[in-house]
Amino acid sequence: MAQALTHSEPHIGDRPRPAKNYLNATTGIWSWMTTVDHKRIGVMYLVAVSSAFFVGGMFALMIRLTLLTPSHKLFGKVLIDADTYNRVFTLHGAIMVFLFIIPSIPGSLANFVLPLMLGAKDVAFPRLNLASFYLWCTGAILAVVSMIFGAVDTGWTFYTPYSTTTQNSVGIMTMAVFILGFSSIFTGLNFIATTHKLRAPGMGWFDMPLFVWGTYATAIIQVLATPVLGITMVLLALERTFNIGIFDPKIGGDPVLFQHFFWFYSHPAVYIMIVPGMAIISEIIPTFSRKTIFGYRAIAYSSVALALLGFLVWGHHMFVAGQSELATVVFSALTFLVAIPSGVKLFNWLATMYKGNISLETPMLYAISFILLFAIGGLTGIFLGALSTDVHLTDTYFVVAHFHYVMMGGTVIAFIGGVHYWWPKITGRMYSEKWGRIGCALVFVGFNMTFLTQFFLGSKGMPRRYYNYLDQYQPLHAFSTFGSWVLGMGLFITAAYLFASLRKPYDAPDNPWGGTTMEWLTSSPPIEHNFEEQPVLEHEPYDYRPKVKKHA
Amino acid sequence: MSTSPVDLQHDPHGHGDDAHGHPEDPHHQHHFTTMEQQFDTSKIGMWLFLATEVLLFGGLFVGFGMMQARFPEQFKEAHEHLQRPLGALNTVVLLFSSWSMVMGVLAARTNQRKKLVIFMIITIVCACIFLGVKYFEYSHKFEEGLLPGHFYTHHGDKIPLVRDANGNTPNGYATFFSFYFMMTGLHGIHILVGIGLLAWIAIRGNRGEFNSSYYTPVDLVGLYWHLVDLIWIYLFPLYYLIS
Amino acid sequence: MEWFRSIMLPPQGSAFAAEVDALYMFLFWLSAVLFLGIASAAIYFAFRYRYVPGRVTPHITHNTTLEIVWSVLPLLLCGVIFFWGLNGWMEYSVAPGESMEIQITAKKWLWTFEYPDGSRTANDIHVPIGKPVKFIMTSEDVLHDFFVPDMRVKHDIVPGRYTEVWFTPTVLGPHHFTCAEYCGKGHSDMNGKMTVDNEADFKKWLETGGDDWKNYPPEVWGQMQREQKGCATCHSIDGTRGQGPSWKGIYGKMEKMSDGRSYLVDEAYMQESMMQPNAKVVAGFEPIMPSFQGLLHPQDIRGLIAYIKTLK
Repeated sequence: MAQALTHSEPHIGDRPRPAKNYLNATTGIWSWMTTVDHKRIGVMYLVAVSSAFFVGGMFALMIRLTLLTPSHKLFGKVLIDADTYNRVFTLHGAIMVFLFIIPSIPGSLANFVLPLMLGAKDVAFPRLNLASFYLWCTGAILAVVSMIFGAVDTGWTFYTPYSTTTQNSVGIMTMAVFILGFSSIFTGLNFIATTHKLRAPGMGWFDMPLFVWGTYATAIIQVLATPVLGITMVLLALERTFNIGIFDPKIGGDPVLFQHFFWFYSHPAVYIMIVPGMAIISEIIPTFSRKTIFGYRAIAYSSVALALLGFLVWGHHMFVAGQSELATVVFSALTFLVAIPSGVKLFNWLATMYKGNISLETPMLYAISFILLFAIGGLTGIFLGALSTDVHLTDTYFVVAHFHYVMMGGTVIAFIGGVHYWWPKITGRMYSEKWGRIGCALVFVGFNMTFLTQFFLGSKGMPRRYYNYLDQYQPLHAFSTFGSWVLGMGLFITAAYLFASLRKPYDAPDNPWGGTTMEWLTSSPPIEHNFEEQPVLEHEPYDYRPKVKKHA
Repeated sequence: MSTSPVDLQHDPHGHGDDAHGHPEDPHHQHHFTTMEQQFDTSKIGMWLFLATEVLLFGGLFVGFGMMQARFPEQFKEAHEHLQRPLGALNTVVLLFSSWSMVMGVLAARTNQRKKLVIFMIITIVCACIFLGVKYFEYSHKFEEGLLPGHFYTHHGDKIPLVRDANGNTPNGYATFFSFYFMMTGLHGIHILVGIGLLAWIAIRGNRGEFNSSYYTPVDLVGLYWHLVDLIWIYLFPLYYLIS
Repeated sequence: MEWFRSIMLPPQGSAFAAEVDALYMFLFWLSAVLFLGIASAAIYFAFRYRYVPGRVTPHITHNTTLEIVWSVLPLLLCGVIFFWGLNGWMEYSVAPGESMEIQITAKKWLWTFEYPDGSRTANDIHVPIGKPVKFIMTSEDVLHDFFVPDMRVKHDIVPGRYTEVWFTPTVLGPHHFTCAEYCGKGHSDMNGKMTVDNEADFKKWLETGGDDWKNYPPEVWGQMQREQKGCATCHSIDGTRGQGPSWKGIYGKMEKMSDGRSYLVDEAYMQESMMQPNAKVVAGFEPIMPSFQGLLHPQDIRGLIAYIKTLK
């Protein structure tokens, strides 16, 4: 008989820790390389995307260092020249977008947690899951190869005709992006099928955790939008190799057509980035407030609304690109519409905290940081959605600041929060809470120092992707660079104490935070097959009302 | 959406028997409770994959539409060069191959091993005929200089190319053939991959791997093949018929 | 209030700039208020409802009225902002009929401008105050973007097409403009200066390049032209190799060309290099220099030659 367990109190020593868990059930590198266990794949993804984040982050620090002074000098020597700088910012963008952010939460945390939350033994297609991971690796290798062969300097957006005429390794990079696209598609495909067919008995759609709703909405976007990126890369490659001319004005092609194709994917892509992050926050807030989530259905529906509306606003990246006036007006109107579901979530989270019983462990600190930083990111989006202000602000540092607030202040903060939240479950260890708080504080302060400044740089007229700049912008650039050092330090400290926790013996309880979702029913770390017995859902989601313990 | 009920009294770990108490099928994956659940899930996965294919080609269809709006007369004249009888032949061939595919799936479901292999071979032959016809069509285009973009060298087009004030010479004919080769080429690659999949099914079918309780790969390859056919059903009128 | 505006936005060079700033400042204050509200709520709740062991939280699943209010109110606010933005944008999109038209041709990494009377200039333009001016723009190679921060206008420049941007300058003096669509190595050097003159000065400048040059010794004027006309993008003065040869020490040298012959770098050679740059290309460099025929006035050519002679 399945057991119904209480969920409001942490379980310490409730049952003996199993001797074998998914980490040590089989040993040797081959067992990892051929694994079809979603938990192992999730861990491999975690290592992979974190490495990509590190590389992209190093490029970011180099950008900021180069922009410290208009002369680009450090200790009397010019750091890098314009050509190199252009490659550095392109690689920073491409690596962060394609190798880190898009695969990060779905590939690592969702892979690990989704089946557990559904009470399932694995995802629908475990071998496809492994294939997704290897596709990521292939894309990563190709990206490295492109760096060796001269690297790309087009900006991560590959606008034509510059990308079709420039002499560098654009071809290899487009191949990398194409392959990474399929990695993303297969992950999304897997999650949709899993959510439909592998839910525990008793778990209807509105009994699922909100993390599952968010992952599901993201998966829809991954499956529908990414193929368009695929075909765009194919078109770009064909244009470069065979000069077929669809983007070449010399024979009647249209360079702006590329932008339509590109943004038709890349706008929904930003919802692939943020929706999983929001989904994590929807888990952390009720757990650490010990209170049921406010507006479950609204949050669930808003995830799907974001996924669908996200397909309708791509032209807001092109207000001054030369698209038709009617298109511009329609895209602006729709952009305002898409702001509403995000706002709804924000208010629901705050309402959950109201009259809660809130403890401020590291995951909760990251969740609150998310609320603050995403608020700024979202509000500054309004400046860009409004047509007259966008004309002034587009293609300046204002846009750079806006998207870093939503992507880094949003997704990355949520990702780090999620890693902390599920760290005990994944690794069986507790990290140092003291260092967790220090890391979070440094990241929060450093992030704001770096990027709040950039709003002002942009509104003052500093264009983006600029190596040289007018002297008047130097103080703001310098401050932003100092911020990047604080941010970098915070991130290094975070990585350091997380690694350090791995040297301890297993010390994490099954349910350190008193969560109510099914992954907390397993041991920390879980056994290979996740559950000893098929769990059956017996209560509403996020139910913190006191219950009576039942026994078989 | 329903979830499969689990009979925990007879099967406390949720695997081992299917719901009717038959011995475990070697294809039964451990994370599914029943073979039926596994089959349904596989179909969902395949349909999702087909959706991605539709979007992949969809982008090209949209691009074609935009270019046609830009060069209506040149596109109209360019499409006269396409050989309608050959296109029609290919359409018939693919439709026939979809029929033989369906028959193959039926054969697998009803444990008719030999019929399955025969129908797979028929489907492969159809696919090869399709590619053969395509080869003739492409050769003709190459001879006439009807090539994509900057490679276009055909003479005798009715609308002369004009150099505009920016020094550009917009060429709708070349653009038409850029899209023609891209879309039929991408489709052709999918046919080629399909031939590989069909051969794989034929080989496995010959070994007796499929039966009434497990024929999932045949069904899924069937879905793929129907999509490839369907894409051609859209390509054919768009390129060959619409004037 | 003005102080906030001035630390966030450039000086207002046109009436349109003031309109854009009005919406910007409204959004700024709105965002500040909303953010402070959200932040206060989050921080206040975190402290007011901090953890007490055993305390039971109320089971509040939803509140339909509240949820409707905080969906509809933001939607209405967004509607207002949308129309406000649309209003400004419609003004930006439609140039008045009596605008003076200036053609811009952008290429990597130089701006060339052509006035209605046929005069041409590079990187450095003058416009008359109080009169609408419309720029009709195209590119010879890749995407560029004409961005004039003080006027709050910006538009991409697309090869194979013409795009437009217009404004009416209301403040005399210099304003800078810059390329705002990534176009390669020299993207961040693709800047220029726009000077707003009164009517008389503008006419003078258009005909003769103005009188400003008379205030400077020729070599100083030449040094200024090097910056303003875009020479600096490709030619260094310290010996560093760029897209073009460095000017350091070239005067009086024998220079080997791509055709194998050597020529003396004298005044005639330097003038020819500016007007017909591909007649003689220094060996080891590409023939990519654009011609400055019609883009340099006689005093500019004299100044540049004088300046180069000082670079030993």
